[in-house]
Amino acid sequence: MSAGWAASPSELLMKAATRASARRRSAVRRRLTLIAGLAMLVLAIAAITLAPILVSQPPNTIDALNTLAPPLTPDHLLGTDQFGRDVLSRILYGGRIDLAIAFGATSVTLVSGTIIGLVAGYLGGRWDSVLMRIVDLFFAFPFLVLVIAIIAMLGPSIFNMFVAIWITSWVAYARIMRAQTVVAKRQQYVLAARALGYGRLRVMFRHILPNFASAVIIFSMVDAVGNIILAASLGFLGLGAQPPAPEWGTMISDGQNYILSAWWLATIPGLAVVFVGIAFSLIGDGLADLLRAGDR
Amino acid sequence: MSAPLLTVRDLRSYLATDQGVVRAVDGVSFTVGEAEIVGIVGESGSGKSVTCRTIVGLMPSGMTHISGEVIYHPHGDASILTARQAELQSLRGSQLAMIFQDPMTALNPVVNVGDQVIEAVQAHAKVSTGEARSRAVSLLRRVGIPAPEQRMRDYPFQFSGGMLQRALIAIALASSPRLLLADEPTTSLDVIIQDQILSLLLDLQQDTGMSMILVSHDLAVISEVCDRILVMYAGQVVEEGPAADVITAPRHPYTRALLDAVPQGEQRGQLRSITGSPPSLIDVPGGCRFAPRCRLATQECLSWETELIEISGPGRLARCLRHDEVERSPQWQASDSA
Repeated sequence: MSAGWAASPSELLMKAATRASARRRSAVRRRLTLIAGLAMLVLAIAAITLAPILVSQPPNTIDALNTLAPPLTPDHLLGTDQFGRDVLSRILYGGRIDLAIAFGATSVTLVSGTIIGLVAGYLGGRWDSVLMRIVDLFFAFPFLVLVIAIIAMLGPSIFNMFVAIWITSWVAYARIMRAQTVVAKRQQYVLAARALGYGRLRVMFRHILPNFASAVIIFSMVDAVGNIILAASLGFLGLGAQPPAPEWGTMISDGQNYILSAWWLATIPGLAVVFVGIAFSLIGDGLADLLRAGDR
Repeated sequence: MSAPLLTVRDLRSYLATDQGVVRAVDGVSFTVGEAEIVGIVGESGSGKSVTCRTIVGLMPSGMTHISGEVIYHPHGDASILTARQAELQSLRGSQLAMIFQDPMTALNPVVNVGDQVIEAVQAHAKVSTGEARSRAVSLLRRVGIPAPEQRMRDYPFQFSGGMLQRALIAIALASSPRLLLADEPTTSLDVIIQDQILSLLLDLQQDTGMSMILVSHDLAVISEVCDRILVMYAGQVVEEGPAADVITAPRHPYTRALLDAVPQGEQRGQLRSITGSPPSLIDVPGGCRFAPRCRLATQECLSWETELIEISGPGRLARCLRHDEVERSPQWQASDSA
């Protein structure tokens, strides 16, 4: 060691090999967030799908002899509410509504917003100005107020909540995708595709979209969390799912009257929201890491 | 000269920028004959690439002002600059094809090379996917990609620069265009690959009888391949003529300076360059645009409304008042110019 300052070739190779294996390990670690998020989401989906098997009592069945039973009561793992309805059952069946909102509302706005942003960015000029001014218009309103106004107009129901989200939250996707497309337009392979006489649709959907979709996909995960929380908030305000439908926000809203005597009524649906929210956040983070690594 | 295929008349392409209007191409006229290879040389920013992109209609529409005429003779006598988008789109790719400077970025990174060639084959001809695939394989083989069946599955990042340029040439040739615009096709490649790509282009041109516009800043490349040369400076053509004539007997001081700047094999010593820089294309000075850097410039040159002057020899044009003195003048030295 003391003799030379230069490492021998075999030493250098060893070092390189160690570095390579460290990189492989970190590649797994990078996917860890994604895997954890997906596992949580799969768990949640499995639980709500298997709800009829997991719990014996349907969510709206009233058991007048067992009202406000605390968690860990036999037959009522998470306790019962003021009407004796099983909280676990309501959480699982309610999850169907909340996850439907996460997927149903988000996927529609993801697709429509992305297409609008792509078209605006690619065609430019008048199309761009008009579409982006509409986007600005939506951004100028406080989001929640706009959603509430639309639901108030249509009448409170789960479907109208979907409609309100569809109408309002495509704008973020449009803005992100438009920015990406403006950059993409200057790429040489896009120019080359145009020089080959490819049509606009082909250039947009085959040559730009696959290269620049990662940003909107990552954002959609964040947005899915936002939509669950929005659904819960609207439920809490009485504008979403209507009682007795078991929806997490509605359950929190119902439970707040008993917060001092029966804490579990509001707390457990809250924890369910947190669980699914974390799952989506982890997936979004993991995807971002993965796609960013792909760029390099 | 053979029958003209493409005629460009007084082409102007002005770009609006924050600093002002850039007159990137300012009154360029030339023709390309059937099966002719025309070279365009000039330094960076002289308007070579913009000329090509304007011809195929690839300039950003909102901020470019284009005037003049581009007539593609098989398509009729109307200028294709005013053609409808759909018309131009069917012309592009099928009749006019273009290859770009940097092969590394000219292919879609997330689609494999084979699919991109197949896409190009199918873009302008109704052929089954199987047939398109076999055409793609033979195209890739024709441009010298070894084991094309296997390489089809590779993505662009798995190709070397030279191989990518070959693949791009295959894509450009997919629909047998009659005019190929090659915008600095060899600039980003090393010398050996450059040579291979040039011979490939020349080979393909002889096989198919297509015409070609070859843009380059490398006089050696241009003189090796082209039938005719246009020398561009500051958005204008300053000299035009048969390749051999322009190289051996330049009639514009700029061409002469470019030729003198090419290092000579055995001679060692300081590299010669042209001092000064090209004029801003936003505030173009009157008179000859090269005059401030020109050793032969006189007072008259600064006020001369420049035009291309016909000089001896067929198709020889030069934008210089003192064109007959250029050849005799001593070698261009860095220290000579003002």
